[in-house]
Amino acid sequence: MDFVNAIILLLNYIFIPALTYGSQLALGAIFVTLIYGILRFANFATGDMMSFGTMMTILFTWYFQSLGVSLGVLPTALLAIPFGIIFMIFYMLLIDKFVFKYYRNQKSPPVQFAMVSIGVMFVTQAVVRIIIGPGDRRFFDGEKFIIKAREFKEMTGLNEGLALKSTQVITIFVTIVLVSLLFWFLNRTKTGKSMKAYSDNEDLALLSGIDPKKIVLVTWVIAGILATIGGALYGLDKSFKPFTYFNNMLPIFAAAIVGGIGNPFGAFLGGYVIAFSEILLTYAYKKFFMYILPESMEPSSLVQLLSTDYKFAVSFSILVIVLIYRPSGIFKGKVL
Amino acid sequence: MRKNLNVIAAYSIMMVLILMVGIFQSWNIALSIFNLCLISAVMTMGANIQWGYAGLINFGIMGYTALGGLAAVLISVDPVQEAWRAGGFDILMSLWLIVVMVLVIRFVLKRFEKSKIRTYSIAAIIISGILLIRFSAEPGIEAIEAVDPAKTGFLGGFGLPIIFSWIVGALFAGGLAFIVGKVALGLRADYLAIATLLISEIVIAIIKHEDWLTRGVKNVIGLKRPAPYEVDLQTTDWFIKLVEKFNSGKLSVIENLADRQAALNQLVIEGSSVFVKLCYSGLFLVVVIILLILTQKALYSPWGRMMRAIRDNEEAANAMGKNVVKQHLLIFILGSAIVGIAGAMLVTQDGLFTPGSYRPMRYTFLIWVMVIVGGSGNNFGAILGGFVVWFLWIEAAPISLFLINFFTAGIPETNALKAHLIESVPYFRFLLMGLGLLFIMRYRPKGILPEKIEIK
Repeated sequence: MDFVNAIILLLNYIFIPALTYGSQLALGAIFVTLIYGILRFANFATGDMMSFGTMMTILFTWYFQSLGVSLGVLPTALLAIPFGIIFMIFYMLLIDKFVFKYYRNQKSPPVQFAMVSIGVMFVTQAVVRIIIGPGDRRFFDGEKFIIKAREFKEMTGLNEGLALKSTQVITIFVTIVLVSLLFWFLNRTKTGKSMKAYSDNEDLALLSGIDPKKIVLVTWVIAGILATIGGALYGLDKSFKPFTYFNNMLPIFAAAIVGGIGNPFGAFLGGYVIAFSEILLTYAYKKFFMYILPESMEPSSLVQLLSTDYKFAVSFSILVIVLIYRPSGIFKGKVL
Repeated sequence: MRKNLNVIAAYSIMMVLILMVGIFQSWNIALSIFNLCLISAVMTMGANIQWGYAGLINFGIMGYTALGGLAAVLISVDPVQEAWRAGGFDILMSLWLIVVMVLVIRFVLKRFEKSKIRTYSIAAIIISGILLIRFSAEPGIEAIEAVDPAKTGFLGGFGLPIIFSWIVGALFAGGLAFIVGKVALGLRADYLAIATLLISEIVIAIIKHEDWLTRGVKNVIGLKRPAPYEVDLQTTDWFIKLVEKFNSGKLSVIENLADRQAALNQLVIEGSSVFVKLCYSGLFLVVVIILLILTQKALYSPWGRMMRAIRDNEEAANAMGKNVVKQHLLIFILGSAIVGIAGAMLVTQDGLFTPGSYRPMRYTFLIWVMVIVGGSGNNFGAILGGFVVWFLWIEAAPISLFLINFFTAGIPETNALKAHLIESVPYFRFLLMGLGLLFIMRYRPKGILPEKIEIK
């Protein structure tokens, strides 16, 4: 019976990784939800837009590295992110002007928007691959660990180590700051409130003098910030590969819908729901039980509910179940 | 005749393009493009039935294609006796458990009123059932996967001719569509799109990781063929004579007897692979034509009119006494079954089953581009879409290479930008597809050959 070790084990292998992954998903999910709530379509180009923002960040990171600029212990990418955001917003506005605006004026059905976003997805994927190539890129520099597993063991004298990567701390910290700012903006400022009103009832919002052009512009700006930061944090923590980003679109969609699409707070929590259930259901608990059970009751198998191969399938199954039993999501959606 | 002029013109242009590939590149490439065009055409017909006839959005095409491929494996591969002996019993027991589970759930659904307790108890039955199956099947699965893992490690199939799998693939895909349709068809269009996309990902995950059934990412290679093998053809007398006859003009120019024999051998090797591809083309063409006749008949039948009525105004059709839910489910199954046929055809042609190669870009979104570009609701349009888009998908790289060289002709080869562009030539196909889709949706939203319904 060794509860301290058991808790450290869970912290190290479940809680911290899930919190990090959940934060990355949450940013993407809020992006999806904003576009859905205000522009009213499911954006299939989500993953590729995030990879575009990340690509710009990487290019600036390389540029700063070649200049010899660095942030010391922090990754240089943090310095590059604002520039990445500017390019991302520019790209999104360009796409909106040449593609989405026409259909918005036509008042096309959401399905047509979704189809158009598939066209955008193809184009963005091509642009990213042509500029930076399809390969795996790591752009992390600076201090990798805040606490190393071995140091932790020496410090506390426990059997289990607790490793804390700096990217994990950065991800969680940035997400909390960004999301708090976003909710402050949506709930407290005039523009934010008018966005909510527009999402709730478009005609009524227009009647009360809200400028739709401004709303759309602000939405894309916020979307650009979220997409770039979410993508860059994921890339820093793991690595950047265009194909992975395209695939990440699926758990992000799952998070947005599970949380109630159109509801940013729901999307935020949805990210963590997906991340935690993916990791909780595919973790092998053998060692955990070895710590908390007496020796005679030690499990012989791995005590793993599902093999790690089904990681993605877990989140999709949750989504399918939510869609069937509660299509509006855990937190009622459709309104910002 | 006049009203079909655009159809004839579009198809003639397409044929000329493929013939040009034959003349300028090689007949092998032309025929492999043609074959995949035919397979794509079958897929687009399936998607077109769902989207064009009924307005149902199905982003799960990849899943049905993979199931069709799985059918090809399960039908044609010889059973692995040893694996059956090692773990067959456990697998059969698990199948029984699944059947029992489904029956129990059905019983609960029929017997009890809808309530929270019923929902929770069904969830409990499913979860405990899955756990039970997992634990009971585990030793069997491990035993099967341990049987000569480098070569087999799976149960194998039935050892039947692979052609049967085209029908079985349709049944598999239709069965999956029945389940998916029951679950997801009530959803709004964009939710349905996402749900089907994710369900198809789940299907792929299962196919990839259940090694005892599919060999997973270890792939199944060397499937039986409905067509002769090249190696056999190259030693067959009548085939050599045929090649000689075809190329008699070319051969008679060569004076030296040894040289002529060498040239003939070369021609026979080339000819054999062209001949095999022609066999496939013939088989695929038969499927496409049969499906085209059936779908055209369906389109102009009372049933087709009803489907269009449901598509255009669901509530009105419902008020007229049409069972919208049932018809949606039916058309979802039919369309998916056709996609399943295409999946089996694809694996038949390749002779191998690679679960890792099923990716949504290639098997879902590209098919949708085909349907939209070709013209949804019009079968000829959908087939044409399959041809045009597949042709461009393959030929995009050579075309863009040509264009890059053309526009950067003045720049030396060592220029970094030029080298980078030439290196990334394969990705221009995505650009071409995306721009093509965007332009068609903007300027010709009904596709190249729009839907035209005439009342006869």
